[in-house]
Amino acid sequence: MRWRRLSLGEQLQFVASVLVPPRFTPERVRYDRRYRTIDKYRFVAWFLLLPLVFYAIFVISPFLQAIWYSFTDWTGGATANFVGLDNYTKLWSDEKFWDSLVTSLTLLVIAPVVTLALGIFFAYMITAGGRHRRNQAISGVVGSSFYKVVYFFPQVLSIAIIAVIWQRVFSSRSGLLNGVLGGVGLEGAEQSWLGGDYKLALGATLVVLSWSFVGFYVVLFSAAMGAIPNDIYEAALLDGAGRATTFFKVTLPLIWDTVRTGWIYMGIQALDAFAVTLIMVPKHALKVTPVYLYNKFQEGQLGYATAIGVVLLVLSMVFSLLVMRVGRRERIEY
Amino acid sequence: MGSISVNRRALIKRAGAAGLLTVPAVGALTSCATGGGDENKAEKGEKSAQNPLGVKEDAPLSVYIFNGGYDDEYAKYVERMYSKAHPEAKVDHKATEKIATQIQPRLVKGDPPDVVNNSGADNMEIGTLVKNKQVADVSELLDAPSWDDPKVKVRDTLVPGVVEMGQFGGEACYQLNIASTVYGLWYSEKMLSETLEAEYPKTWDEMLALCKKAKSKGIAGWTYAGQHPRYVFFGMYSMIAQAGGQKVIKAIDNLEPNAWKDDAVLSVFEAYEELIAKKYILAKSDGLDHVESQTEWTKGNAVFIPNGSWVENEAKDTTPKDFRMSVAAPPGVDAKGKLPATTLYAPPGEPFVVPAKAQNLQGGLEFMRAMFSKQAARNFFKEVSSIPAVKGAIDGLDLPPGVESSQKAIEAAGDNVVIAFFREWYRTLFDDDFNAVAGKFMKAELSPKQATSELQKAFDRVAKDPDVTKVKHAD
Repeated sequence: MRWRRLSLGEQLQFVASVLVPPRFTPERVRYDRRYRTIDKYRFVAWFLLLPLVFYAIFVISPFLQAIWYSFTDWTGGATANFVGLDNYTKLWSDEKFWDSLVTSLTLLVIAPVVTLALGIFFAYMITAGGRHRRNQAISGVVGSSFYKVVYFFPQVLSIAIIAVIWQRVFSSRSGLLNGVLGGVGLEGAEQSWLGGDYKLALGATLVVLSWSFVGFYVVLFSAAMGAIPNDIYEAALLDGAGRATTFFKVTLPLIWDTVRTGWIYMGIQALDAFAVTLIMVPKHALKVTPVYLYNKFQEGQLGYATAIGVVLLVLSMVFSLLVMRVGRRERIEY
Repeated sequence: MGSISVNRRALIKRAGAAGLLTVPAVGALTSCATGGGDENKAEKGEKSAQNPLGVKEDAPLSVYIFNGGYDDEYAKYVERMYSKAHPEAKVDHKATEKIATQIQPRLVKGDPPDVVNNSGADNMEIGTLVKNKQVADVSELLDAPSWDDPKVKVRDTLVPGVVEMGQFGGEACYQLNIASTVYGLWYSEKMLSETLEAEYPKTWDEMLALCKKAKSKGIAGWTYAGQHPRYVFFGMYSMIAQAGGQKVIKAIDNLEPNAWKDDAVLSVFEAYEELIAKKYILAKSDGLDHVESQTEWTKGNAVFIPNGSWVENEAKDTTPKDFRMSVAAPPGVDAKGKLPATTLYAPPGEPFVVPAKAQNLQGGLEFMRAMFSKQAARNFFKEVSSIPAVKGAIDGLDLPPGVESSQKAIEAAGDNVVIAFFREWYRTLFDDDFNAVAGKFMKAELSPKQATSELQKAFDRVAKDPDVTKVKHAD
């Protein structure tokens, strides 16, 4: 059915009907099919009104302000002059920014893969990795409830404490890591882990990021795996599927939505990596973009710093959209 | 995952649509962070002999102290002095580790405290504050009679360098530092005289010979804070000044082209290269943070550490009783330098500022006047064991070994105290650029020539950056 074109007056009535109670809305509008859509959204919007107001004040408004300030030369004083795209052109030719961005993007690519792979592996072991016991199609490895708690430990610690602990572990002359390496006769493998070498620092950052976040994903994926009905596993078992086959053909496809969500979440955490790198890694070894932003903020180049922030915002959004696109699969209802 | 009866995607869509509806409304909510009044409502009272700065007697005073290595007890002491002199005034004391986080927004809003100890890792970039006219000129205080003796101006009670470090290329003075930091090579007198049976080296050749001797006894010559390699500067700077004279160090401060490529600078880097090449530096020092490197040093694993005078307080938990901590200017590269070998890098530190829009601006200045009294300076020393920036304040006191040795180094230097102003004016050039170059240089990844040209590149970049306010030496 082709819809009737609306006159200007009717269009206004439609817009007004968002706020006007139904009984005062003209019948011509009220009986229009399009009114139903408005009615539906209005219904949802009223319920969300309070959170939306908070969201607008505390999230959207700062975002908009930040975007505005990224076009100014604000230094923290009372005046901010509009300078157009100056900050962005400066950013384009700022070598230190690009260096930091390469580091951040490397983390963005590697950290989620490592962390999620470990998270899924541990979760699978906890829920379905054990020996088959009587009357049970699947079960976790021995002591799985204990492991579940242990994996979650790092989540309980503040990220600052995690960074300080690992800084001690990596210490070159009194650290646990070099101590263990020396203790088992691998003196040659001892390193100044945080001694200014870029690759070692990147490796150390990845280890700490994965270590600190993996527990969260173990719990997330355990919950997702726990929701898979046992009969599916039983059926797979009857068909002679081994553990690996069960994982790749049954478990992974059924928790794919959760994996994708986790991927986006971890990606954004890796793109941040602010506290860990700021506290643990010496600044001459490696610098991630958020730390570079923070430095610019400290230097009083607030306009420039917000421009970096806007670039990070765009990057996180592009990343999320990409993962949504790439990871899109047919939903399996069960 | 069970089947979900509510279609999640549709719900998100609706929520998103609702979110879009609210966006236009946000414009109205957006109150600018750059707002704030312009009028100065500073309160003033009558000037008199007892009240030379004209403090309004009942105006409340708000003090913000950096709560770091110095704690804030010394400031409370000054506040008590203030309260005694102005009994009607209510003094509000706040201490924080996050000066910029807490003060910056208040400066912008036009509602700042009256005096701020702008220190710590989270300090406010003073150059920007000066440029934005957010801090007040304290010249009025400098020319006021001092707390102890009305015949002497405050200006004349301060150690050399304090006023210069508050000036940013002009006459006005925007910050006053309260403590002198002595930078140089720190060592244990006990190790030097008893274990190594040696004297402090007078030339670089003697330094190398001493390191060789130490190495034969299984002790490293040097260690350094490898995770903060800029600390190496503390052992380098007076050598550069000694070799090249004021001309070279001022050229560096003034961001002149090729300042770092001067032969004097290069000779110092070459001296250090020898130290590195001969492996006189404690193995794996590059992976130590400042505390770890100090601990290696107090444990006796290394003879020298380039450091600042805070080390005595910072390392006190690991320092043996008979350590006899000492400091001296690093020996010159050779005797033919432009300045004597005792040339010392000893800038005043721990800055205080009075915000330009402080409601009780006169009170802020008065607080500083009390702080620069001998009484407060002595108490400051007792609380934090740092040398106060007030002339002769701690004469006759029983000093811990490190401080005593610092005092001696200052006396030996006389007029030849040098200050690296570029560290104040362009903080990242030191904290970031010098740091990065020093890190690679100390790992022998850069030759002296490469290191100095990398530094020059960084300085040239700042010299060309139109967004950075430039400061130059007056002469």
